[in-house]
Amino acid sequence: MTTQQATFINIGERTNVAGSAKFKRLIAEEQYDEALSVALQQVENGANVIDINMDDAMLDSEKAMVRFLNLIAAEPDIARVPVMIDSSKWSVIEAGLQCVQGKAIVNSISLKEGKEQFVEQAKKIKRYGAAVVVMAFDEKGQADTKERKVEICKRSYDVLVNEVGFPPEDIIFDPNIFAVATGIEEHNNYAVDFIEATRIIREQCPHCHISGGLSNVSFSFRGNNPVREAMHSVFLYYAVQAGMDMGIVNPAQLEVYDEIPKELRERVEDVILNRRDDATDRLLEIADEYKSKGGSKAATIDLSWREKPVAERLSFALVKGIDQFITEDTEEARQQFDQPIEVIEGPLMDGMNVVGDLFGAGKMFLPQVVKSARVMKKAVAYLMPFIEEGKEAGSESAGKVLMATVKGDVHDIGKNIVGVVLQCNNFEVIDLGVMVPTQDILQAANDHKVDIIGLSGLITPSLEEMVNVAKEMKRLNMDIPLLVGGATTSKVHTAVKIDPNYQHPTIHVLDASRAVGVCSNLLSPVKRAQYEADIAQEYKKVREARAKKQKTGNKISIEEARAARQPIDWQTFKVVKPAFLGTKTFDDYPLEELVDRIDWTPFFRTWELAGNYPKILQDEVVGETARNLFDDAQAMLKQIIAEKWLTAKAVIGFWPANATEDDSIRLFKDEDRREDLAAFHMVRQQIPKAEGRYDNCLADYIAPSGEDYMGGFAVTAGHGIDVKLAEFEAEHDDYRSILLKALADRLAEAFAEHMHERVRKEFWGYAADENLDNDALIKEQYQGIRPAPGYPACPEHSEKVTLFDILNAPAEAGIELTEGFAMTPTAAVSGFYFAHPEAKYFGVGRVEKDQAEDYARRKGISLSEAETLLSPVLGYDPE
Amino acid sequence: MSTREDRLAYLEAESKKRIIVLDGAMGTMIQRYKLEEEDYRGERFADWKQDVKGNNDLLSITKPDVIKEIHREYLEAGADILGTNTFSSTTIAQADYAMEDLAYEMNVESARIAREVADEMTAKTPDRPRLVAGAMGPTNRTCSISPDVNDPGYRNVSFDELRIAYKSAAQGLLEGGSDILIVETIFDTLNAKAALFAIEELFDEQGWRVPIMISGTLTDASGRTLSGQTAEAFWNSIRHVNPFSVGLNCALGADLMRPHIAALSSVADVRVSTYPNAGLPNEMGGYDETPEEMGEALKEWAQSGLINVVGGCCGTTPAHIKVIADSVKGITPRQVPELDVKMRLSGLEPFNVAS
Repeated sequence: MTTQQATFINIGERTNVAGSAKFKRLIAEEQYDEALSVALQQVENGANVIDINMDDAMLDSEKAMVRFLNLIAAEPDIARVPVMIDSSKWSVIEAGLQCVQGKAIVNSISLKEGKEQFVEQAKKIKRYGAAVVVMAFDEKGQADTKERKVEICKRSYDVLVNEVGFPPEDIIFDPNIFAVATGIEEHNNYAVDFIEATRIIREQCPHCHISGGLSNVSFSFRGNNPVREAMHSVFLYYAVQAGMDMGIVNPAQLEVYDEIPKELRERVEDVILNRRDDATDRLLEIADEYKSKGGSKAATIDLSWREKPVAERLSFALVKGIDQFITEDTEEARQQFDQPIEVIEGPLMDGMNVVGDLFGAGKMFLPQVVKSARVMKKAVAYLMPFIEEGKEAGSESAGKVLMATVKGDVHDIGKNIVGVVLQCNNFEVIDLGVMVPTQDILQAANDHKVDIIGLSGLITPSLEEMVNVAKEMKRLNMDIPLLVGGATTSKVHTAVKIDPNYQHPTIHVLDASRAVGVCSNLLSPVKRAQYEADIAQEYKKVREARAKKQKTGNKISIEEARAARQPIDWQTFKVVKPAFLGTKTFDDYPLEELVDRIDWTPFFRTWELAGNYPKILQDEVVGETARNLFDDAQAMLKQIIAEKWLTAKAVIGFWPANATEDDSIRLFKDEDRREDLAAFHMVRQQIPKAEGRYDNCLADYIAPSGEDYMGGFAVTAGHGIDVKLAEFEAEHDDYRSILLKALADRLAEAFAEHMHERVRKEFWGYAADENLDNDALIKEQYQGIRPAPGYPACPEHSEKVTLFDILNAPAEAGIELTEGFAMTPTAAVSGFYFAHPEAKYFGVGRVEKDQAEDYARRKGISLSEAETLLSPVLGYDPE
Repeated sequence: MSTREDRLAYLEAESKKRIIVLDGAMGTMIQRYKLEEEDYRGERFADWKQDVKGNNDLLSITKPDVIKEIHREYLEAGADILGTNTFSSTTIAQADYAMEDLAYEMNVESARIAREVADEMTAKTPDRPRLVAGAMGPTNRTCSISPDVNDPGYRNVSFDELRIAYKSAAQGLLEGGSDILIVETIFDTLNAKAALFAIEELFDEQGWRVPIMISGTLTDASGRTLSGQTAEAFWNSIRHVNPFSVGLNCALGADLMRPHIAALSSVADVRVSTYPNAGLPNEMGGYDETPEEMGEALKEWAQSGLINVVGGCCGTTPAHIKVIADSVKGITPRQVPELDVKMRLSGLEPFNVAS
């Protein structure tokens, strides 16, 4: 985040009860949520500082100021800007100063009640660490003429700087803006007085600032906004030149100086600058003409790039990702070259090189690159028939990369993105899709004579599968590099578990932006040897560090860990019985109810755009890209819903349950609790904990005996997606394909979140009176949790089999499990419901051998099977 | 024996010549003594109504020899300045142990024993006086964050409550002989502003002042305080007290802290201090960074001209401080920059207005 600098500071004025009837009503009625949205709007509209004023006879101003400032502190999008604490009552100002952690501005103090009080207040403001607005007001009254304004400001300045030691740069003078064109002759020079006084005060009081409430000047034209806006902008035009550098302004009420109609501008200038005696009359003459005018210019699309030569147009279309004219431009280019292939090798590759360079330099971002690739693919698709006709060989590629999501896993967004980025950089990509068995991967690698194999996977069992691929490659004496990537992969896992199984380079690729660098290095005859040696060295270090850590790490036995469980007083805990027992199915759930629940931050992360929503939309670096992506996403969401591209289905269930001593949870067929339905086997943290901290296990949140319940769910928003994806593929549209997958994932997550809320309030009903906003929901500030098998609190994926069995999820919600326990459709979420207020998310971390043995016993499987299932969290290397 | 004026004059002059060294963690060292409930209680609090184990500040009264020994080890390792054992010695934080009424005494006693050890060392090396910084921690409440998720406007402590608690603490620390006051581990800038307000008020009333050091804490790699401010916004919020130094401590290890120290270093027109943790807590809650690793990192910061004052926070030991002190020896301290005159406002982010 870089520091904000500004030459003219806009102070938002809408959060002022004196100036806004709406805001006053909201505060009086204590509708603080809406009052906050007024503040947010100010910031979004470009206010650098927001003025907050609660001075009203009908309000407890002090209380309202404190309440509102405290609420703002909890809204990062508002609280990012400084506040101006605006009151004529000192007690309100001081109460406000005690609520702001930032450096605020006090508005205002003055010499009105004499020097003593002025000094006392200024000292306190300095001690609170705030800047101050000083009104041009003294014992004799408010300054109206230039001379009085200058005199009072200079005197105030000397007292503040010399007697109080106030930093001069933290002093802002308000020399009073008064209404002009009121019909009273003495008022005609008020604007000029302000502007001239401003110039002198800036000279005589070094480092000070000048501010003022702009709307006063046009007060006599209320009801005629075009004229008022023109007056504001003319006034500012001259006052800013004189040194006014801040203003209480509604940016929406400001016409651009140059765009004021000439006639109006001239007559307004006559009034503001007091240039002729009949200035007011002349402005009144034409004022009504402008009253009803206004309205903004329609946005036009700049098509001037269409005038350029075809090579430049192709390059422009690629960089900007515009596919509208690509076919005609490609055709035009084809006619200019002897061979169609030259279009690809010439202008198209040149354009893609620009894209690749910009992406590498961090000046373009992933969504743009994917759009560029879409343009490229369309151009190439257009040229292919011509090339086939001429039966030429394909162009020289930078190298051949085979990509696949490993057996048992169906996630491919990340893999597809890497593929697109590699293609943009002239690599030939052979994509085998998802759930590809090891044998098929290696066979295809051989058949296509690829230079590199890239494996992708999202769920933890895929890690084990990648190890298998590595072992097979070794066995077959292959020698091409192996790359691994995906959400659960890591450098440590690659170095420790995969790399030792294959004697040739095995490299973890963190994200798509690294893929090109890694592949280029590996295929460069010059750099390859050094690069491989560096990686080998680095991974060796990682292994050594881990070995050292394992040796020194404190371990405790599973018995000790169980003894350190969180004590929960089941005697006093009031169990709430769910509204029904057994399962409930939701077929074709309305998607529009899920849209509000979407957490957008992970959506941007999918596209490798870092930052939190909605702030990311304003981000200096990626903001524009994020906004475009977000617009595209919104448009597609509308289509998804209107045209029913996707269908959402769910099944949930609740069962009587009790925890066992050894960390399993027994589910019963009915309330008699005599006949078992199924059992979930949980894993416990095995970490030496300080006093007051516990070794957690999900089973701890279920009562060991007596009445208690557990729930489960499986939701999806992915039915029907394949039809659309096939359509996009036919159109060579990776961008929309990835966008749709990412949105389906978000909808599934939103569905899980929405369903959890209904469970809390309705179906289980243990929090019937919960009332949280979306932010609080995303921050998970509610009672109870919904952990998913395969994630940190219950890291063992195969528990999903039991869950799907008792939910009958394949039949009820159409969700299937692969042999690696991944769900299809991929846009799906499943998990458990725990209602206890102490239930929270945690990471199991390392599981030691004694627990693995115990787990095998409980689950009725062999130790080695258990070790395979638990391998991502094992704290030791199995024999 | 040297006077406070002498020592502060020395510090002022010396800080232009070399990087000043603070001590390391107190809690980590206390853990090594494996003290039990009865050790914490001592005779005086044998019948105290609730458990007090873990109230490390109480040890200044009940086990002063342990605290002195730790102070001594840090001075021998090469620290110039000792931080008093008063991280939680406010009426607000001590309420956990029902020891609000003992907070003042803890401040006086902790400062007194640190003074004693520092003077003892100064007597051995009179040309290198050792100083005592009275430490003022964040308390266990936050003035700008609601503890109630359902009511973001709620606060469980007010600015005035903090101001009163901090004022009493500062008074005790000065009475016990502190040369400097250090407001540290700041999660919530509003708490720090209350502490600074109290200190200024106290200075005003007593008619003399001592230098103030300020050290904030960025809670994760996002580079924000818990209350949401960036490093520069934080600096804008507190620079009105013209502190001796501003810096960052705790929460992060050296590697994650570096960019934020660099940011602060470029905007602070006072000395910059840093005392990171010995890495991030591992899954055992311990700290892994060795003295050598920390020393190497901080040496690079010093060579890059980022810092004036250096020390260690959680997980550091006299061994760390020794290596750190040796690593920065002979390196020219950061030159305090002169900045353009600007009105430097802040919300969660800085907003600077040129004059």
